[in-house]
Amino acid sequence: MTALTKIIEVEHLNFRYPQTEGRPALSDVNLAIEQGEWVAIIGHNGSGKSTLAKAIDGLLPLDKDSGTIRVAGITLTEDHVWDIRSKIGMVFQNPDNQFVGATVEDDVAFGLENIGLPRAEMQVRVHKALDRVRMTKFAQREPARLSGGQKQRVAIAGIIALQPQIIILDESTSMLDPNGRIEVLQTVRQLKDQENLTVLSITHDIDEAASANRIIVLDDGEIKESGRPAHIFQYGERLIEMGLDVPYAQRLTAALRRQGVTVPQQYFTEKELVDWLWTLHSKM
Amino acid sequence: MVMDITFQNVAYTYQADTPFESQALHDINLTIKSHSFTAIIGHTGSGKSTLVQHLNALLKPTSGQVKIGQRVITPETSNKNLKPLRRKVGMVFQFPENQLFEETVVKDIAFGPMNFGVSAADAQQTALAMLDLVGLPQNLAQRSPFDLSGGQMRRVAIAGVLAMEPEVLILDEPTAGLDPAGRREIMGMVAKLHQQQHLTVVLITHHMEDVANYADCVVVMENGTIAKVGKPSVVFQDVAWLQKQQLGVPETTAFALRLQKHGFKFAQLPLTETELAQALLPQLPQGMVARTHDE
Repeated sequence: MTALTKIIEVEHLNFRYPQTEGRPALSDVNLAIEQGEWVAIIGHNGSGKSTLAKAIDGLLPLDKDSGTIRVAGITLTEDHVWDIRSKIGMVFQNPDNQFVGATVEDDVAFGLENIGLPRAEMQVRVHKALDRVRMTKFAQREPARLSGGQKQRVAIAGIIALQPQIIILDESTSMLDPNGRIEVLQTVRQLKDQENLTVLSITHDIDEAASANRIIVLDDGEIKESGRPAHIFQYGERLIEMGLDVPYAQRLTAALRRQGVTVPQQYFTEKELVDWLWTLHSKM
Repeated sequence: MVMDITFQNVAYTYQADTPFESQALHDINLTIKSHSFTAIIGHTGSGKSTLVQHLNALLKPTSGQVKIGQRVITPETSNKNLKPLRRKVGMVFQFPENQLFEETVVKDIAFGPMNFGVSAADAQQTALAMLDLVGLPQNLAQRSPFDLSGGQMRRVAIAGVLAMEPEVLILDEPTAGLDPAGRREIMGMVAKLHQQQHLTVVLITHHMEDVANYADCVVVMENGTIAKVGKPSVVFQDVAWLQKQQLGVPETTAFALRLQKHGFKFAQLPLTETELAQALLPQLPQGMVARTHDE
């Protein structure tokens, strides 16, 4: 394994949307993400999650006092914004808003045409990308006829064909049914390992957050907390204010306490809770 | 008033008698009782949305009949005079906030009743009352609906349907795309409308927790027909079957099943964490349970 390198560095980032008063959308955000790390950003609606993702992708008008953003060692400036965007792929919330091609493979090829890749190499990359998201069978289909999960997988194929180092998921699973959500998360998990991708996911989904190595909690444009999922999940009911659901094991331990059962104040995974309960039960 | 809805041998075919014909529903027999809370679950494409569009005659059966209160809808029913029915059965589509269009919240909510011939003054009064019903503060009345949060916009859209004073409220995935707090708010509101306004609620959902917490009847759709129907406490006992359909069960039910494999016993599998906690009490050592807890 290579030494850890910081692929995203954000220092003293401040941002206020033009013509708005009150709180800035982001204030003094500091953040470093290692290559190959999966970081989930959570927070209630309006907490600044999407603004932060847009800032990293160079989609916001930042000025000199806004702080510094470095991606793969390149400092974000007007001159380098395209270098940075070429390293980042973004998957948005609504699968229907991101299709341009008439067929699935045309759609995946679109980004490659844009960067002027020779046709032969383009074909190889499109094939490989569709294979990676297990959508090869659908290459000739119309994107509109796919399920939500399939559409998001095609969107991801379009991104990995461009060989980015970072994937940003901006609530990419929130409009999908449970099966679609599982499909997309499995795909991302696999790709991350195969391609040594860095994943930044903005999410309200507890399973997606649990997949991350680290969770960052944003509130009112500030980072309020950062830690492993097991640490963040200890907040129990308060996770709702942070834009997440309460993990099942936490909900059950709360219900047990309400019934008068003495449960240790520690974080339980579901498996740990099963083990704790049956160990007690076997002593009866 | 009694507004039972009964399906008798209903089938529905899209684009019948064309090369694109496809059967979306077949052999549907179902009664939705007045004042009940019915959840409809099933995969994308299983026929859930087609089914509920028969509840207010947006679609008419290709064969069979649907009885809605006193109205009988058959393939021959004319499209005229369906307005009274549409008023009694309110439909909240997916992402209803996409249908907001007026300059102010109050105008948007008042649009429906005015369309049905209510005077502007009366419609406005109803609209303001609806804000309370969906839990929005009165000071939002004159705001543009487009300045509101996603959850608030959705409640404005639902208020617009409620302003028609329906007896039956149909909701197609009303919490899709909302964060957990928004989801809780909307489901809390729906439960309140059911309990306090005595509305009949028909809910299409992918959230088994919502079925467990709110519904008194659940309909499982599969390939255009009803695969199972009954009380959630009964339907969710068949965990293996539901998992095979990839529909899943409430988290509590799945968790109880894991505990069962480790020697815990349940007369029937619980659906909510409170039910599970209560069922576990007698199966844990006495010393673990505080004696003084209020029931």
